[in-house]
Amino acid sequence: MRVALFVTCLVDLVRPSVGFAAVKLLEQAGCEVVVPLAQTCCGQPAYNNGDKKTAVRLARQVVDTLYIYDHIVIPSGSCGGMLKVHYPELLKDEPDYGSKAAELAGRCYELTSFLVDVLKFDSLDAAYDGQLTYHDSCSSLRELGIKQQPRHLLGNINGCQLNEIADTESCCGFGGTFCVKYPAISTRMVDDKVNNIKKSGADTLVAADLGCLLNITGRIKRLGLPIKVFHVAEVLAGMAQGPGIGEDEST
Amino acid sequence: MKSSSLTFRKNAEQALLDTQLQRALDIAGSGFIDKRRAAMDALPEYEQLRHTAREIKEHTLSRLDEYLLQFEQQVLDNGGQVHWAGTPKQATDIIVSLCRDANAGKVTKGKTMVGEEIGLNEALQAAGMTPVETDLGEYIIQLADEPPSHIIAPAIHKTREQITTLFKQHHARLGLTQPLETVPAIVNEARQVLREEFIQAEAGITGANLLIAETGSTVLVTNEGNGDLTASLPRVHIVIASIEKVVPTLEDATVILRLLARSATGQEITSYTSFFTGPKRETDLDGPDHFHVVLVDNGRTDMLGNEYHSMLRCIHCGACLNHCPVYSAIGGHAYGWVYPGPMGAVLTPLMIGLSQAPDLPQASTFCGRCAEVCPMSIPLPDLLRQHRFNLTEQHGVKLKSRLALASWGFLAVRPRLYRWIMNRITCLLHWVSRGRGRLQKVPFAGGWTQSRDLPAPQGETFIAAWQRQQARRKADNE
Repeated sequence: MRVALFVTCLVDLVRPSVGFAAVKLLEQAGCEVVVPLAQTCCGQPAYNNGDKKTAVRLARQVVDTLYIYDHIVIPSGSCGGMLKVHYPELLKDEPDYGSKAAELAGRCYELTSFLVDVLKFDSLDAAYDGQLTYHDSCSSLRELGIKQQPRHLLGNINGCQLNEIADTESCCGFGGTFCVKYPAISTRMVDDKVNNIKKSGADTLVAADLGCLLNITGRIKRLGLPIKVFHVAEVLAGMAQGPGIGEDEST
Repeated sequence: MKSSSLTFRKNAEQALLDTQLQRALDIAGSGFIDKRRAAMDALPEYEQLRHTAREIKEHTLSRLDEYLLQFEQQVLDNGGQVHWAGTPKQATDIIVSLCRDANAGKVTKGKTMVGEEIGLNEALQAAGMTPVETDLGEYIIQLADEPPSHIIAPAIHKTREQITTLFKQHHARLGLTQPLETVPAIVNEARQVLREEFIQAEAGITGANLLIAETGSTVLVTNEGNGDLTASLPRVHIVIASIEKVVPTLEDATVILRLLARSATGQEITSYTSFFTGPKRETDLDGPDHFHVVLVDNGRTDMLGNEYHSMLRCIHCGACLNHCPVYSAIGGHAYGWVYPGPMGAVLTPLMIGLSQAPDLPQASTFCGRCAEVCPMSIPLPDLLRQHRFNLTEQHGVKLKSRLALASWGFLAVRPRLYRWIMNRITCLLHWVSRGRGRLQKVPFAGGWTQSRDLPAPQGETFIAAWQRQQARRKADNE
């Protein structure tokens, strides 16, 4: 199966290893992975900041870039939600693009959901020595209804123990530009999340959204807590031996 | 009510530092959330009810004029009167004049959020009357001279100790000086004080959770019974309700009532669900001699059919507040007007103007929990986003944000240029981080770095690395 990887701008810029982990997982599952080079950003920052014009321009570009592929995989619930849920609404009045966006939405998948729901793949070649906890991103959980898929996959890793975070349905306080526009409120929210992560007893945090991860990691590192952080794809692909997000490269 | 929504950001920061408030919010904790969940788990037909309730409301809104006129006719037939108020001023004028006609010096009040919306207490006081709140929460904040901070639990921001102190201050003159160490003791003292007020009041004002067109009834849910005493002891009962509260039939009302208490407090039904249908009849032992309903528009007809139409389905259960992480962090007062939380962030800009409350729709992470628990399936994040679109159109967005977004947008639609520039930026940031994996200070990123480190890019972008890898693979194959 030929699969296009929409890597998302945050992975592209901050954590390319997530992109390579996604490629490895998809190849392990028997897919041929292509990376359309014209991809930049899904337009969510503009969309959620009220700049509809820019959002529409970017959405059209993404539709043009991805429309030729039968399966598009995205290692993010947030960008996945943008393409699957919001594009059809955003582009509904644009000639040609309305129907294209609606069609494309059905061909886009968040990574863990694609592996489990479409490929029925769970024979992972990965081990992780540690106690993991999984953070649900709001968009994965509520826009895409993804909850069991990442847990199912993590459960198939050698040596992995999964501790649940209390109040796992609550937001980490990232919210795109929310976290820089309202830093005091955002900090309070991420503190609540970090406290619950600490209480879970896990030594490693994973999630499927780099936005949440950058936010939570940023706070964890500022507080000097000994918790490692990875994108779920890195752990699933067995690529979590190196430094976690925000960690010294010599570790 | 005077608004302080313009200073939302400052209000929120102060709220986060207010230890008493934070303690009260902490105590409230996840109580409402857990109770709601238990109630819904015990209601297998929840989704079906939710669907039916939405259809009832949408149908009613599509013929709002007809149902309101039917409601009026039924109230008249029952011996009551209906008054129509377009603006808050018209509404308070009508109510003040009704109270004057009743020679009212003292007016008891059941909880009414529309009353807060139109500034009713201020208007009554200005007219020389004394409004007395009889809902315990409302009574507490009236003593404290504060607005409600939650639409169903108006004094949720107060701790028990604060309430005890307030009672001591205000009740000593009544000879009530016994220590109040338990919640029942607080309730009993309030009951004792309010009992006298109920007897003295010449007029009673209540809100309404629903209006029933086929019977001309107004429906009120309470847990304290104060609504019944407010309605039936004085000679004049005035109901104040916003126009979207009407439903066609008694049957329709029961569908919404089944959702309301469960969504609000997790109760299957509130302790009291009262139906007020006209003044006292000859055969009735109790009840008012006069029954008035004041219907308030205040911008709601403008919402009919526009982008915010679905907000008119709101039944004011408060579930969106209880599940909102922003509301839970800062409480209701920071929002600066009558309605806080997600529903307030949608309504406030519609009622006092977007330019007066630009932060409210922006201060949301769009986590979507509000929409998920809304019994009327109102897409609250979408409505907040619509406000943000409007804010951009009205040039209400700050220059710094506009510039940042514009340059991002400019680059993002030029993939080649974007790739070239971004790859240089990520390499630069990686170099600056000197292998430490994170940055503690970044120019123009103070909002992030004041409380968080910024994880540094790993080096070149994924696309750049991928292109190199593909080229190498190709070379190897050749």
